[in-house]
This record gives sequence, structure tokens and C-alpha cells, in this order.
Amino acid sequence: MTSPTPSLNITGNAIEVRKLTVDYGARRILSNIDLDIPSGKVSVIMGGSGTGKSTLLRCILGLKLPTSGSIHMLGTDITTATTAQLYQLRKQTGVAFQGGALFSSMSVAENIQLALREHTNLDESTIQIMTRIKLDMVDMLHAEHLMPSELSGGMTKRAALARAIIMDPKLLFFDEPSAGLDPSTSAELDELILLLRDSLKMTIVVVTHELESAFKIADQISIMGKGIILATGTPEEIRASADPEVQGLLHRKPRETVVDTEAHLKALVGETS
Amino acid sequence: MIKALEKLGTEVLDGLEMAGRTCNLLLLTLWQMLQPPYRFYPIVRQMYFIGARSISLIIISGVTIGMVLGLQFYYILARFGSVNLLGQGVALGVIRELGPVMTALMVVGRAGSAITAELGIMRTTSQIDALECMAISPGKFMVGPKVIAGILSVPLLTHIFDFVALFGGYFVGVVMFSVPEGSYMNGMVDAVQWVDVRLGLVKSLIFGLLVTLICCAQGYYMHLTKAGSQGAEGVSFVTTNAVVLSSIAVLFSDFLIGALLP
Ligand SMILES: Nc1ncnc2c1ncn2[C@@H]1O[C@H](COP(=O)(O)OP(=O)(O)O)[C@@H](O)[C@H]1O
Ligand SMILES: [Mg+2]
Repeated sequence: MTSPTPSLNITGNAIEVRKLTVDYGARRILSNIDLDIPSGKVSVIMGGSGTGKSTLLRCILGLKLPTSGSIHMLGTDITTATTAQLYQLRKQTGVAFQGGALFSSMSVAENIQLALREHTNLDESTIQIMTRIKLDMVDMLHAEHLMPSELSGGMTKRAALARAIIMDPKLLFFDEPSAGLDPSTSAELDELILLLRDSLKMTIVVVTHELESAFKIADQISIMGKGIILATGTPEEIRASADPEVQGLLHRKPRETVVDTEAHLKALVGETS
Repeated sequence: MIKALEKLGTEVLDGLEMAGRTCNLLLLTLWQMLQPPYRFYPIVRQMYFIGARSISLIIISGVTIGMVLGLQFYYILARFGSVNLLGQGVALGVIRELGPVMTALMVVGRAGSAITAELGIMRTTSQIDALECMAISPGKFMVGPKVIAGILSVPLLTHIFDFVALFGGYFVGVVMFSVPEGSYMNGMVDAVQWVDVRLGLVKSLIFGLLVTLICCAQGYYMHLTKAGSQGAEGVSFVTTNAVVLSSIAVLFSDFLIGALLP
């Protein structure tokens, strides 16, 4: 490896996003975002749907190139990294996608084992044992041999999480873990995230729009508005924030009320004034 | 009028862009396949899917085409009183032309469309992103085995097609129309030379590459096209596209190879 990868101390930042701007075609999705993700903590990115949370995550994962700005992950700038450097980083990263993204032609167990089979030379019985340990952590042992199409929404999320942590990554990303889950499953997932932080010292980034779960697990919360970060801080700091938009989100207020009724009606019928 | 020209222009540009991406996918996959570790099982699996499961289709279409060819050549040659050339006509037509082309078109319909649909669905449901995030190259894991299996399977299928088509021609000529067996067999053996076999082989190798590569690229790069944001409808769109494009590629390159290689 040619990359200088300084090992960061516990108090450092695992990820540093600077002046990140992202466009899809002509549409600006993120503008000038600055964000620090502290090592060994749970950071929650919260915001309404369509504010660009998943897009921010895709940029951090190197799946989408930003228009401008930099993203340092474990000391490497992923916007300029070589493929080899990127793959080196990704071996230390686990991702659970919003829809699960389980490989539909493989069983749950095969999905979870894939990274082990590709990146290690472990023997078959060790692979089986490690698979079962992770499946047990997410309470999915009974579903080992099921195919992804046979899983419910909650089971899919838990299988995706098991797949994300199979290599014991330093960094774990979780997009919308509790969206669409029943309250008890969602609470179990929250517990699991805290367990991973405490026992394996993982740096965890959770994207969510669920208030309750966010305040339960977060060491740091970032609130996103349309394409920008409105505020970042500890849960207490966020609660005390004076920003009206942050307070609106916290108290589940509808977005700003329509001022010009006539203009709004015109927009609805497709007239522009 | 201007609108129509504009539309034509964007279509052409889109087409060129896709052609560039397809070449890019080839180079990318080639590069990734050269990196260790080397895995052979995925290639065998794809050969089973692309090759083995197409055999019955190839046999049925091969026999049919051979019989049709035997029939038509018999009527034509009978006009000139030279039915003893039947064996040569069928053999050369099948080995040089119809064997490779028909086999490739069958593979497009049976395996190519499935390849595009599979990769397209993997793209729309983030499965390809998931592979990337697990530090597994999608080119090596998904595309490479399919393309290599295509390059190996299409020539093998072509040989099966050739064999059963010659049998179909034999059946029509010798059994139905009582062309003397000796003249049919000897004509066939004398007429077919190494260059004919070589032409068929070169064609089928290139068709195998073209078909699997184009079908892979249509699914793999689906997110970069208009179809990318259309979910299931987008997958069906790129699948149709892949079938049309790879069929045209087969027919056009068939002409090119025929013109360049005597
Ligand atoms: N592949 C894409 N192409 C074009 N626009 C996209 C794409 N993905 C997301 N967007 C747009 O980016 C914005 C933010 O999307 P997203 O990051 O998924 O939001 P969130 O995850 O916060 O709900 C949305 O307006 C969405 O329409
Ligand atoms: Mg999202």
C-alpha cells in the first residue's frame, strides 16, 4: 500500500466531510456540507425524507462522486483515493442499505458469508460458526436457510445488519434501520447498535428519521434540512437548539405554513404567476 | 423538424456513450479478472446456465434449420440437375454462416435477456452497490464469469448446432429424397476445408463475447441511462434494448468477419 494511513486515536474523527457539494444532473442535492463523525461513537444523521441523507451516505461510501469538497475516512480522502485504497477502506467498513440489498440469488447464510469467503482463507466450519454468531446477534438463527424473498421487512433489515458486521468492521453504516419496523423490533435493533459500539468499539453512523430511536442511541446528532446540515451536537445540545427548523422537526410540526394561499392554489393547478 | 433532428442527435450521442461504457466494462472486467484470487466455479456455473441449459433449444433449432436447408437446396439443385452437390451446400451453409449466427441469436434470446434482467435488478436494488461496499469487484464477481462462459459456451453450442443441422440435412436429402448416401457424405467431406471450420469458430468466439458483454453492460450501467430511475419498467426497457442491440451486433459483425476473413 502506498497510502499513508495514520491510525487515529480514540478521540479523533473517523470521518471528516468538508464543503461537500453534490448534484444529480442539474439538481443540487447537497450544498457545502461539513460533518465530523467521532471514532467509537454512534452518530445519527436525522432529517425528513428527501433531504439527502442517503445521498450523503453514498458519497461517504464512495459510491457517488461529489461535485466538490472532500471526505476523509480513516485518514484517506476518498474523493481522490485509488480503487485499491478504496477497497482497503471498504474491508474495514460495513454497510446495511436502506432496502437491505441482500443478494437475491443467495440464502441469508450465504449472503452473510460472502465477504468471509472472498477476503479470508478461513475453513468451512469456522465460517459456519461465525455466520451463526452474527445471525444469533440479530436474532435470525431460525432464518439461516431462507431466501431474501421469503423474509419480512424487519428480518431483511436484521439480515442486512448481520452481513454488514460479519467482518467486524471499524465503521458501520446503517441507513434507516427502524423505518417500517414494529416498535419492539426497532427497540431491539437500537440495543444491538449500542452493544456493537460498547463491545466492539465500532464507529457507527445511523441514518434515520425516527426521533425516539435517534435520541436513544446517539452520542452525536446531525439534523439535516434540504441539502444542508442545520445543526450538529449531543442530544442535549440538539434539544436546546434555537433553530426553528430543528425545533419543528423535534416537535413534529408541519413545515412552514403556506403564506400566499392564492399562489399556492395556482401552483397546484399548474399555473405560474 | 428541428425537434426530430435534435432527438436523433441525442439518440446517437446516447448510443455512442453506451458503446464507450461497454468497452469500458470490458477493460475493467479484464483488469479485475487478472487480479488474484482466481475462481473457476462461478465460470462453470455460468457455463451451465448459458451453455448446458441451452442445449435442447440448440438441438431443436439445429435439426429444423438443417432440414429446411436440405429441402430448399434440394429443390434449387434439382432445377440444375446437380443434387449430388446437396451435401456440400448444406455443410458449407451451416458451418460458415447459419451455425454461428443462429446459435448466437438463440443465446441472446435465452441467456442474454436473463443476464441483463439479473444485473438490472441488482442495480436498482443496490445489490451492486452492496458488492462494491464489501470490497468485491462487481466486474470480477458478476460480469467476468458471464463473459468468459459466453466465449466458451457459444463455440461449443455452435458445434452441436452444426452437427445436428448436418444430420437434419442428411435426413431430408438421403432419407426423404433418396439422394445417394455416398455422394452426400463424400461431397460434405470434400467440400469442407479448414478455413470454413476456422471461420465458424472465429465467428462464434466473437459472438459469444459480444452477446454477453452487451447484455451485461445494459444491465450494469442501467443507472446511468433514462431507464435508471424507472425501477421494474426500466429493467424491462434495458432488457429489450439488450436483445435488440446484441442481435444487431451479431448480424453486423457476421458481415464484417465474413468480409475480412475469406
Ligand atoms: N439516483 C438519483 N438520481 C437523481 N436524483 C436522486 C437520486 N437519488 C436521490 N435523488 C434525489 O436526491 C434527493 C435526496 O434523496 P435521498 O438522499 O435519497 O434522501 P433521503 O435519504 O434523505 O430520504 C431527493 O430529492 C432525490 O430525488
Ligand atoms: Mg434515504
